[in-house]
Amino acid sequence: MIAPIAVPLFASAMMLVLGGDRRTMNATLNVASVVALVGIAIALLQRADASPDGLLDVYRLGDWPAPFGIVLVVDRLTAMMLLLTSILALATLIFSLARWHRVGAHFHSLFQLLLMGVNGAFLTGDLFNLFVFFEILLAASYGLALHGSGTARVTAGMHYIIVNLVASFLFLIGVSLIYGVTGTLNMADLATRIPAIRAEDRALLETGAAILGIAFLTKAGMWPMCFWLPRTYAAAPPPVAAFFAILTKVGVYIILRLWLLLFGDHAGPSAQFGGELLLTGGMATIVFGTIGCLASQDMARLTAYSVLVSSGTVLSAIAMGPIGMTGGALYYLVSSTLGLAALFLLVELIERGREPGADLLAVTRELYGEEDELDDPEGTGIAIPASIAILGGAFICCALIISGLPPLSGFIAKFALLTAALNPQPDSVPAAAWIFLVILILSGLATLIATTRAGIYALWASSDRAVPSVRLVEIAPIIALILLCAAQTIQAGPVLRYMQAAADSLYTPHSYLRGVLDAENVPQNTLGRTR
Amino acid sequence: MEIVLAIGIGVLVSSGVWLIFRPRTFQVVVGLSLLSYAVNLFIIAMGRLKTEAAPILAAGGGGDPGRYADPLPQALVLTAIVISFATTALLLVVLIASRGLTGTDHVDGRELDR
Repeated sequence: MIAPIAVPLFASAMMLVLGGDRRTMNATLNVASVVALVGIAIALLQRADASPDGLLDVYRLGDWPAPFGIVLVVDRLTAMMLLLTSILALATLIFSLARWHRVGAHFHSLFQLLLMGVNGAFLTGDLFNLFVFFEILLAASYGLALHGSGTARVTAGMHYIIVNLVASFLFLIGVSLIYGVTGTLNMADLATRIPAIRAEDRALLETGAAILGIAFLTKAGMWPMCFWLPRTYAAAPPPVAAFFAILTKVGVYIILRLWLLLFGDHAGPSAQFGGELLLTGGMATIVFGTIGCLASQDMARLTAYSVLVSSGTVLSAIAMGPIGMTGGALYYLVSSTLGLAALFLLVELIERGREPGADLLAVTRELYGEEDELDDPEGTGIAIPASIAILGGAFICCALIISGLPPLSGFIAKFALLTAALNPQPDSVPAAAWIFLVILILSGLATLIATTRAGIYALWASSDRAVPSVRLVEIAPIIALILLCAAQTIQAGPVLRYMQAAADSLYTPHSYLRGVLDAENVPQNTLGRTR
Repeated sequence: MEIVLAIGIGVLVSSGVWLIFRPRTFQVVVGLSLLSYAVNLFIIAMGRLKTEAAPILAAGGGGDPGRYADPLPQALVLTAIVISFATTALLLVVLIASRGLTGTDHVDGRELDR
């Protein structure tokens, strides 16, 4: 169970010892470690699904009992996120082997450290430990975002670092407020103590939780804390940006986990604290991301705005509440993350053959209504080169996934979301559900328009471009990601059932609490603060 | 003692926030450092202020936990100090790289048009 954290740690340490110059050895080590992680994640997922209450295991670091020591917890949701992370890591890593890992030092060790941080953030059951893992993943992501250097990257990276540092300070303030009120940092212990908080302390606790929430939502990219995101993601090296698609989902995951655990229906007076804000913010994020998609003039930025749409959808779906909705949201989360990662990788291949600024010209030309003078009489009869055909096909698949059209998994995800939104009680559909439905469908349409426009300009219109040379090692991960989405579509029944079970156990966290706290019978409050 | 600490944290936070909104990268870095000091003090304060109380239980007897200072915030603050120190150092490197690449110390990488 500790393996998802320990394996990348050791791998990265070994790479540092080996030195950044031995690229082949580092790359081999990296691939081996990531493949091992995929295996571990699959094993954990199967065991979590097989266990009756969905809670696989609680690992006590240093064997200290739960409220005092730090625990790692695996349940269905965690196992799913671990698997998603490792698959994404494998795809982006293989892609980067073609070219990108060579443009700067220490790519492989940073990559492993990032993996370690992400896995740790998914696994941990302790708030402060969560902070530490967040910092690990952020520090590694700073390095990776700057990988390859260049003016745009450094400027965007600096904004990214500053925003995230401020968010980390908010995180610390929130954590210490919560600790000051409840005297514990263990998530399960917190959940049991929150209903019993005295009324005069409740405001302080909720302030702490709200500040903590702001820190996570900044990382999840909720409007209005998301302005740093499109620029950084568009400027980051493509394989890194593709892996960053999971970073916003880390924020979403923490919100999902903490909010349902601490402020679920069992939380007494604090139940559903901040839910409406989350709902409104999520919807505003979808709208902002959609407008950004329509307005963006190059494809990397378009993809970055789609990341916003995706996390906004998940956030508002979580806040809407019904359990079926959360199951759908998890399905959507997986499918959109895979689709977005594939798109980030694909964009780089498509962009490779064209001169910088071509997108800009294309869209501006459309605005000013100038005739396209590029008719090439010789070019019309030539068959489309195979690589363009593959790229185009992959691009269409990605567009279908992120805009949510049949036959791929994006459609099933949105369908599950909307069905759950409209069927809480057959008689009364809440107004929020209608608004959600309209926003979701409109954003799907707008994303489709934006991707189609970008695709037409990139793949059809420019006949004067050089055919991009695509290597197998680059296109294979993209196709693999798309095939995974297709598999998710074909296996939609079992996958949705799994997500539903994960959502159920989130809403009834008793097994989680029991598993963490009763791992050993510890008399509580032996060290509790005297007040 | 509480009021002194509260005023200290308040002054640090307000100066830090003001500096973060300045356009020069170095001002932002100093602002972030001030903020991190404020946050560290805040964490200590959340463990309740106590003087002359040891965080470590005396050998041989636990006794009244009220006589001891809370050790957990002190451990947290150590971690937070190390992490914020490291990230500030990293930010300084990026600052210098940005200064070298763009030729200006403006956070946007270019001066505003006058």
